Amino acid sequence: MPELQVLGVALGALAAVALVATSARGLALALVYPVSALAALAIGVVDLRVLLGDGLLTATLPIGLPSVGLHLRLDTLSAFFGIVVNGGILAASIYGMGLDRVREMTPRVEPLFPLFCAAMNLVLIADDAYAFLFCWELMSLTSWALVVARHTDPESRRAAHLYLVMAAIGTAALLFAFGGLAGPAGGYAFDTMRGHPPAPLVAALILTAALVGCGSKGGLIPLHAWLPLAHPAAPSHVSALMSGVMTKVAIYGFVRIAFDLLGPPTWWWALPPIVLGAITAVLGLLYAVIDRDLKRVLAYSTIENVGVIFVALGLALAFRANGRDDSAVVAMAAALLHVLNHSWFKSLLFLGAGAVLHATGRRDLDGLGGLIHRMPRTAIFFLVGALAISALPPLNGFVSEWLLFQAVLAAPELPQAALHFASPAIGAMLALAAALAAACFVRVYGTAFLGRPRSPEAATAHDVPLVQQIAMGGLALLCILGGLLGSVLAGALAPLLQTMFGGAMAPPGFGPTYFSLIAFDPDRSIYDAPIIALFVTIASLTTLVVVHRLSERRTRRGPAWDCGFPDPSPTTQYTASSFAQPLRRVYGAVTFSARETVDMPPPGDQRPARFSVVLIDHLWRAFYAAPGRAVIGLSSWLNILQFLTIRRYLVLMFAALVILLSIAAVTT
Amino acid sequence: MNQAYDVSHLLAGAMLVTSFALLYQQRIGAVLNAFAVQSVTLALAVAWAAWSDNRPDLFITAFIALVLKGIVIPVALHRTVARLGIHREVEKVVGVGAALLVGLALTGLAQALVVKVASATSGHAREELALALSIVLMGFLMMIVRRNAVTQVVGFMSMENGLILAATGARGMPLVVEVSVAFSVLIALFVFAVFVFRIRERFDTVDIEALDRMRGDRR
Repeated sequence: MPELQVLGVALGALAAVALVATSARGLALALVYPVSALAALAIGVVDLRVLLGDGLLTATLPIGLPSVGLHLRLDTLSAFFGIVVNGGILAASIYGMGLDRVREMTPRVEPLFPLFCAAMNLVLIADDAYAFLFCWELMSLTSWALVVARHTDPESRRAAHLYLVMAAIGTAALLFAFGGLAGPAGGYAFDTMRGHPPAPLVAALILTAALVGCGSKGGLIPLHAWLPLAHPAAPSHVSALMSGVMTKVAIYGFVRIAFDLLGPPTWWWALPPIVLGAITAVLGLLYAVIDRDLKRVLAYSTIENVGVIFVALGLALAFRANGRDDSAVVAMAAALLHVLNHSWFKSLLFLGAGAVLHATGRRDLDGLGGLIHRMPRTAIFFLVGALAISALPPLNGFVSEWLLFQAVLAAPELPQAALHFASPAIGAMLALAAALAAACFVRVYGTAFLGRPRSPEAATAHDVPLVQQIAMGGLALLCILGGLLGSVLAGALAPLLQTMFGGAMAPPGFGPTYFSLIAFDPDRSIYDAPIIALFVTIASLTTLVVVHRLSERRTRRGPAWDCGFPDPSPTTQYTASSFAQPLRRVYGAVTFSARETVDMPPPGDQRPARFSVVLIDHLWRAFYAAPGRAVIGLSSWLNILQFLTIRRYLVLMFAALVILLSIAAVTT
Repeated sequence: MNQAYDVSHLLAGAMLVTSFALLYQQRIGAVLNAFAVQSVTLALAVAWAAWSDNRPDLFITAFIALVLKGIVIPVALHRTVARLGIHREVEKVVGVGAALLVGLALTGLAQALVVKVASATSGHAREELALALSIVLMGFLMMIVRRNAVTQVVGFMSMENGLILAATGARGMPLVVEVSVAFSVLIALFVFAVFVFRIRERFDTVDIEALDRMRGDRR
């Protein structure tokens, strides 16, 4: 099979270029990105062929665990996620080609980049627990090393440390999950696991472990805390990969375990992903909407999107457990399309943030502003990404969110009371999240790109090199096309959905026009993006023409509106913080115990008035700070054990032996 | 046939009694003598098993036990003790009465455990195993109720006596395993010996608490 050879050569090329980049400098570093792009392209083509051709590639290598070997398998599910991953890698690599070889490339980043790419691809094709965990861990470690690349910054070090801890916890949880799946016989190949579905209680434990393992990598609340610190700390194109792509690998892990290896689902499996996902979606955006760091806002928004995807996956589980495969297909299509779409617009937004960072050297929203004049192309691409992530039609974000809401609306058909009554609440939370997302990106775009520059750096910004514009432009084009051709994309998922549920969405051409996306049947729910796009275009053009006809045509430039006071200082503008204030007042008082204090000097006093906001991150306190303190307390208490006398150590051993013997004597 | 078991039980029981004696003795010389008696009894038990079960390879084990543990090691330890000048009473952590009571409880535990765990095997082998397990546990107990390094060595060797007794009782334990057990015990003994002399050189005593004082620990 030529596909296997292509796969092997591409992965080998990634490893080779990583090796070359470690040993040499200059040109070798610059070689990393073209080679990564070519490898991603090659693997992506193989994935596409497998997905559309319903093919299946398998290989067994004589390395890995003794007597198990290393199983590799590329089925339609892996192929779909492979397309997501390699699309992101391609965009990030093209962006990377525009980096300055002397100033922006270091041996700390470039050799690890292809390794990280190869590791993500390997996770997708691993077909036994050992290979999966090994590649998963490789992925974690390479991304950790990329996060810690700017190690002189204490914030980076802190982020990397937290990431390492969370990655270790996640992998440990996955280890338990696979241990449970392998069962007492120890069948570590995925094929063996498929044949032996575990007992209900074991399955619940496995599902929990999988949720912890994959959720910690994807940023499911409360395992999210590392993500908004670590993703922004990496170089921007790596942030794009981590946020746009690596979280998808985490979702792949959950799909693989919950839908493939764990056997036929029970209805209550759906509850944890749905509930946690909905909470994640809302809370993630509440964090995003008050944060003032551009890249951190994007990272929080990633958390939200992962939550949305988990809700869709949970719904698919619930429908499947109740034998409603037509609804399960819609929910699953929503999840998968959102995976694809999010990888596009989140990569685009992170690359745009990278461009802004490159141009101004700043990430704080309150130091940006007016960039639309200085970086016009980046501004347009970023706008497309912001519109797409806010799920506005006719862009791609709307397609998957529309499908997801169709699935939510079908959820009251479910017989179980818990799901029955939860579904309206879930729908409301998702709607809130969607509205908050729009508010969040209006704020980001308005503060960063509109208005007047708030800092000298923003005033002297310049657009990024052409190659980087191409990377962003390509992703923006994908966001638009993905929106217009949603029905084609959903149709391309047919082989995958067919193998998972034995059903598929209605193919393109089934509805009124070729591009109609049909969720259940043509009478009930149709979304026709091109027609909406046509309508929006015609309506906008008509308005434009009418307004221009009725008003004067000449463009005038006047002083920006500032309450009638022509104050030249840009600090009088709306800022990111002031935009967030109403939302912070509405939601922050509950979620963050936000307290605002105004320190007003008495009349006659010359000192400035101060306004300060105190936010308390309850999640951090409850799930990170408290366990951290407990661990430190416990370990300092157990530290006494390190300084016992020899005789006391012997007593401990003897006591342990006697206790174990007594237990054996009593229980057997 | 029954007679063979009676004799082997008698010998194993005698070993258990010497284990109690080891716990009871106050002076190092007496401890060493009790250990020698236990080892000789072990040699007799093994030899009896070899003769009654017609397993001549066990005679080698018996011979090794008699020569090494019955004669060479006790004599060597006696001379060490004489050279180091530590004839005085051994410092104990727990009183004799308490130690004996704990030993009694351990014997009971061993009996209860073996009756439950090894219910498939025949009654005679089971009791032999219970006796051996009690001897092992008592050896361990001896290691922790005394503070003297020499008596710790003796406790360790006594544990090993119990192990060999168990190995003899369990049919089918190959000679290789026995030899390797014996060898590892020999190595451990060397380590102990070097250890004892190093302590003595440094601190002028073989009381192991000196090590802790040296490390500056709370006691």
